[in-house]
Amino acid sequence: MPRRAASGRRAWSLLKPSVLPGFGVTLGLSLTYLTLIVLIPLAGLAIRAAALGPAQFWALATDQRTVNALWVSFGSSLIAALVNVVFGLVVAWVLVRYNFRGRRLLDAIVDLPFALPTAVAGIALSTLYGPNGWIGAPLLQLGIRVAYTPAGIVIALIFIGLPFMVRTVQPVLEELEQELEEAAATLGANRYQTITRVILPRLLPAILTGFALAFARAVGEYGSVIFIASNIPYKSEIAPLLIVIRLQEFNEPAASAIGMVMLIIAFVMLLVINLIQAWARRRYGAV
Amino acid sequence: MAQYEQDIAVYDSRRPDEPPDAHSRPTSEPAWVKWTLIAIAVLFLAALLLLPLLTVFTQALSKGLGAFFAAFTEPAGAAAIRLTLLVAAIAVPLNLVFGVCAAWAVAKYEFWGKSFLTTLIDIPFSVSPVISGMIYVILFGANSVLSPYLKDAHLQIVFAVPGIVLATIFVTFPFVARELIPLMQDQGTAEEEAALSLGANGWQTFWRVTLPNIRWGLLYGVLLCNARAMGEFGAVSVISGHIRGKTNTMPLHIELLFDSYNFAGAFAMASLLALLALVTLIAKTLLELRYGDHLAATRRH
Repeated sequence: MPRRAASGRRAWSLLKPSVLPGFGVTLGLSLTYLTLIVLIPLAGLAIRAAALGPAQFWALATDQRTVNALWVSFGSSLIAALVNVVFGLVVAWVLVRYNFRGRRLLDAIVDLPFALPTAVAGIALSTLYGPNGWIGAPLLQLGIRVAYTPAGIVIALIFIGLPFMVRTVQPVLEELEQELEEAAATLGANRYQTITRVILPRLLPAILTGFALAFARAVGEYGSVIFIASNIPYKSEIAPLLIVIRLQEFNEPAASAIGMVMLIIAFVMLLVINLIQAWARRRYGAV
Repeated sequence: MAQYEQDIAVYDSRRPDEPPDAHSRPTSEPAWVKWTLIAIAVLFLAALLLLPLLTVFTQALSKGLGAFFAAFTEPAGAAAIRLTLLVAAIAVPLNLVFGVCAAWAVAKYEFWGKSFLTTLIDIPFSVSPVISGMIYVILFGANSVLSPYLKDAHLQIVFAVPGIVLATIFVTFPFVARELIPLMQDQGTAEEEAALSLGANGWQTFWRVTLPNIRWGLLYGVLLCNARAMGEFGAVSVISGHIRGKTNTMPLHIELLFDSYNFAGAFAMASLLALLALVTLIAKTLLELRYGDHLAATRRH
């Protein structure tokens, strides 16, 4: 039913008039393509999972191996995202605030995890941190094993999540007004107080967004992890790997149940990220 | 004039992190803090990003140049390269056309449900690659509703090239659109309206006004889209069936070689993809520098 705006204008005119041609064609093509490639296949998964019925879905989703796999995925993603908060902040700070030889190179290389295929990252990390690797061998001397242990999963997820953290914080740090820090200093704050009480609160929305993005990406990650993890069921098996195993067993119901759980969590994460950004816009005007 | 330039140079050299005198200023950190932070960042990035990249190339060449090139010329390796190029050659242009259409509709008009549409376009980025492959297995696989019809038509999608192409299109779906939408929103519609009022038709306006304005953003999006299309592993792994020489793309072939302890071969194949990633990064950095100049110029005036 058409609603009427208070001003009496027709609120149901869905498109604001424009002289530019091509709206119908471009929107129509986009919607068709979107529906065929994304919406119908995703709906197919939802329908398949819903067809299981609540009892069977619950049984499959709370199967011990599934629950353990979800724990491994979420636990290691959480640790990796927290590590990225700390180091991502340091990297962003160093890239924005300091001038030194090689800064450009460091800045460019931060995007490597976006560009490097996950399988390549996986075999490189597992070799580098493996018992004979440049980093793995010295660590082994100290009695620390990284590759083929849960620590390996975390290393791969830190690799995957780092650019999300750095690239979310970096622009906000660049836009931060110098005057704020000068004012804090004028009012008698020392540098430590200025950073913890003036700068960090302004960075908080960006840090939260970067954390959520890195976390969400890590939960679904498959390629880089399976090479460096030992992939032992119940212990170091990530949820995406369990989906692959269930599909190879032609156990589609189990695969779709795990997939649906992960999909729901991914959409909740997406919602959380949007809420953080809306909150930050209200509070600071921009993210 | 010389004095003026000298003054400017002195002024420019006073960066916030370079205090004019030995004592640290209240708006910067002491030198030891600065250098500790830089050292932490450099070590962290070296251990996490630079050394893995170096590992790829040293391992690839560890058995000599002969073994390196043999990885590309042996039949299964060559087939994997051909398949990867084919998949990217289909997926990237399709997503390019979609991206331009979607960006035109979203950026140039105000309509109801616009922000919802942009959220929908972003969905593939928040879905696990494994799920991106699985949805097509469920839709077209042996247990699906469509399976009898596909059999009648002798169409094999799962465990065949069409499935690989579909999964690749899904995971690279948002790249171009996402790059173009903010760019075209910033540019507004004034130039297009001017072109139309001067008698250009819609096509002429697009080709001569809009496209030149967005070409660098478009190139940027296509580069990222292509890098992901050639490197996608999880989604393709689920749907390909891993038939050696037939449905193995380069990343899948790398896994196969690595799991059969052919490390030199795996890393040789991986070095090609790493090279592609480096070229993508360099091109991206150059494009950003170009944009950077542009932005700086507009800010100065």
